Amino acid sequence: MRIRVDWRTSVSVLGTILKILALPLASMAALALFYSEPLVPFLVPFAGSLLAGVGLERIERDEPGPREAFLLVASAWLAVALVGAIPFVLAGQGTLADPVNALFESMSGITTTGATVVGRFEIHGRAILMWRQVLQWLGGLGILVLAVGLLSELSVSGAQLMETETRTQDVTKLTPRMAGTARLLGGLYLGLTALLAALLYGLHLLGPRIGVPDLAPEMTLYDAVAHALTTIATAGFSPHAKSVGAFSPAVQWVVVVGMFVGATNFVLLYHLSRGDTTRIRDSEEFRVYLGVVVGGALVVGAMLVLDGEYPLGEELVRATLFQVTSIVTTTGYATVDFDLWSAGPRHVLFLGMFVGGMAGSTTCSIKTLRWLVVGKTFRRDLFTAVHPRAIKPVRLSGAAIDEDTIRDIYAYTLVSVVIFGLLTVFVVVDASRAGVEVTEFGAMGAAASTFLNIGPAFGFAGPYGSYEPFPDSTKLVMVVMMWVGRIEIFPVLALLTRSFWES
Amino acid sequence: MRIIVVGAGEVGSSIAASLCGTHEVVVVDIDPDRVSDLTYELDVLAIEGDGGDRTTLQEAGIGDADLVIASTDDDETNIVTCGTADTLGDAFTICRVKGTQYLDTWRNADGAFGIDFMVCTVLLTAESVVRLIGLPAAQDVDTFSGGAVRMAQFEVPVDSPVADQTVAEADRWDSLTFAAIVRDEEFVIPSGDTYIRADDEVIVIGSPECVREFAADLSPRSAGPDDIVIVGGSEVGFQTARLLEERGFRPRLIEREGERARQLAEDLPKTTVMESDATDRDFLEREHVGDADVVVTALDNDEKNLLAALLAKRLGAQRTVSLTETGAYVQLFEAVGVDVAVNPRETVAEEITRFTREQRAENVAIIEDDRAEVLELTVDEGSSLADRAIRESVPDLPAGTVIGAITRDGSLVTPRGETVIRPGDHVVLFVNTEDIDAVAAQV
Repeated sequence: MRIRVDWRTSVSVLGTILKILALPLASMAALALFYSEPLVPFLVPFAGSLLAGVGLERIERDEPGPREAFLLVASAWLAVALVGAIPFVLAGQGTLADPVNALFESMSGITTTGATVVGRFEIHGRAILMWRQVLQWLGGLGILVLAVGLLSELSVSGAQLMETETRTQDVTKLTPRMAGTARLLGGLYLGLTALLAALLYGLHLLGPRIGVPDLAPEMTLYDAVAHALTTIATAGFSPHAKSVGAFSPAVQWVVVVGMFVGATNFVLLYHLSRGDTTRIRDSEEFRVYLGVVVGGALVVGAMLVLDGEYPLGEELVRATLFQVTSIVTTTGYATVDFDLWSAGPRHVLFLGMFVGGMAGSTTCSIKTLRWLVVGKTFRRDLFTAVHPRAIKPVRLSGAAIDEDTIRDIYAYTLVSVVIFGLLTVFVVVDASRAGVEVTEFGAMGAAASTFLNIGPAFGFAGPYGSYEPFPDSTKLVMVVMMWVGRIEIFPVLALLTRSFWES
Repeated sequence: MRIIVVGAGEVGSSIAASLCGTHEVVVVDIDPDRVSDLTYELDVLAIEGDGGDRTTLQEAGIGDADLVIASTDDDETNIVTCGTADTLGDAFTICRVKGTQYLDTWRNADGAFGIDFMVCTVLLTAESVVRLIGLPAAQDVDTFSGGAVRMAQFEVPVDSPVADQTVAEADRWDSLTFAAIVRDEEFVIPSGDTYIRADDEVIVIGSPECVREFAADLSPRSAGPDDIVIVGGSEVGFQTARLLEERGFRPRLIEREGERARQLAEDLPKTTVMESDATDRDFLEREHVGDADVVVTALDNDEKNLLAALLAKRLGAQRTVSLTETGAYVQLFEAVGVDVAVNPRETVAEEITRFTREQRAENVAIIEDDRAEVLELTVDEGSSLADRAIRESVPDLPAGTVIGAITRDGSLVTPRGETVIRPGDHVVLFVNTEDIDAVAAQV
């Protein structure tokens, strides 16, 4: 068999990405130095990725085509997760010292899932905990968007690469050059993160000055940066066991807005940042996204009031809006242990996992765009059932969507739900094999939460819990599923087909 | 006025025929047979040659021409002709095009291509179809004074409330004037005691609301169309659907060819596009095309248009409007059962002629093949109408001249015997063709 994929090109570009990865590792080493923590956990992967990167880059490369893009995207996310796990193993503290746990944590980080296996947060160094946050930030917008933005040599094939990474929509060129577009998106991402960090730390500084000492007393500069990194990335790691619940109401409100913005289409945000509000007002997807968040919060809130969980008031609004936004945007923060809520609100949150934010943002899951198209297409099909000869294009914000895209979206949605079902069954079977007690709902929650990259689930994997009790085999499958889910299934599944490798 | 008409097809000859009585007309055509035919048929100078050719235009006397009308069947030829004429003299140029994209360019760029006035066949036809739909039972509709005045021609149905009434009795619509009655192809200028008979065609002038009311009252069934079906996704069909969408209708459009249907469906969000053959009876019945208030046939073939219109009529459609590329078919179509036939060439010739008369007459509609015309004029101090009651001034005008409407500061004044016309008023006059120049001079 002759391999028809120009794998050398993919490996060579992968080398470049590993080379870039050395930069955040080096900065973590600097942070470790600052906090007088061990440097070895970061210096070893730093040297490793730099050497491997420079070495692989020497392989002669061509322009990557669609196949090379698939191979590159799939291998890049896997490679970064592998390198990202090394500091956890080398630090050798707590549950993260175990290689399987370290890989789980790293993959959960880079895929912006936010499912954790950390048992006790306080035993870990500050640099190690920050590394989790940085991994999530790198994965937030997509590794390749960042890479294309940084490296002009990838510019021509950049569109191909970015499109493979986010299948939901054709990459909108905001500037004539792809690298320029990636740079704009990356700049917006960086800017929003910096703005959020400044806001959070600003609250902390402002509190004592305006005589409101409990405005944000715990939000130190370290925590402000750490949470800003995983909020805009809709990722969900926190260096605190109680997640955002460890902070004041004011901080929680700011984070709600941050999560919501992070899961909003970045092209819309870009136009908004230039003062153009018409696009966001005309976007049907944005309206649906907003509707899902507000509607979900209303339903959950009503249920909580009926349960007597909260009295009517600010706390109720904040608790429901925060948890619903966190789940729908696939962030995975929590301010309360929603696993203790009654069955009703928990099931609504579970359904919320399948929605996701807007396409073209840092969100994961199936995304509102797909559900909107599925719904509109079904309504169209009801119409054409009555009028078989009618030609009725499905329209999104006025523009017709072509039928190939619709087929693609139907297939994606269906495959997602099927994979979720299979993963649930696997989690249940594997847990009973290993003698770990998992409820049916707990298994469904964990399957959806990892595959759709949300983070917390229910039962022991709840918002204040950990995925640690799952057997290693389950965790490894979840690692694969987070990887598959984050890059939207196709790049990985395509690698498994014969036609991908042959002519 | 010296007028050069380039292209002596149906449109060009029709324009030349309308204008040659009052102007010096030179016709240019590339076909020698047509040139020689024209020399004998009309009192015009016919020249053989290409309109885009400098020498041909100079031979036609472009130097002292006042107006150049490019009316061949080819858009690019017409545009080049106007562009060439523009460089050779300072004649006013009128260009006929089919494609809406050229009209769009011309409208958005001042004096594009050296064209002073552009007429788009497709759009004009679609507009005239839409006007026919907007006014049930109307056969020919025109607007004056920026839309404040409308003129329409109606056939009086047998069961109509105005049948067998005198004009004085029938005159119960506020601002509506009965301008003329056409009976057995004869032209009658009505007075108060003239009887209106069934099958007469009445020509009325008035405010748009009034004309619509009159139309609704004239035949009880036409309460305003709601369900409109367009058969054929030709350019005219597409533009008609688009204009109807703009007016708040949600038409249905039937197109046979799959890809074109998809394209139309994408471009027309409020239209239900169906892919089918318009002569497929099962399909038409299943989609209840027979229940439609209006069926417009806009296929690219006259015979198919007729067939589709008759089939729709047979299935029960209230009204059918059919396009025909052949001018001679208009009366034939209407004779065999199509309610209104529209000929795009006739429409465009009418528009160009109207524009040409714009020296003082602001709007001209041709009624019943040139036997009468409607003029829109501004009354100045020296006019015989100025500062006099209509009762006094009308006897001075040639017999058969009717003052249809008066607009003062943009609003309609209903002309009655005692109404006094002031300088600055716009008047819409209904005039016999032979009296046009006399009236224009007097008023």
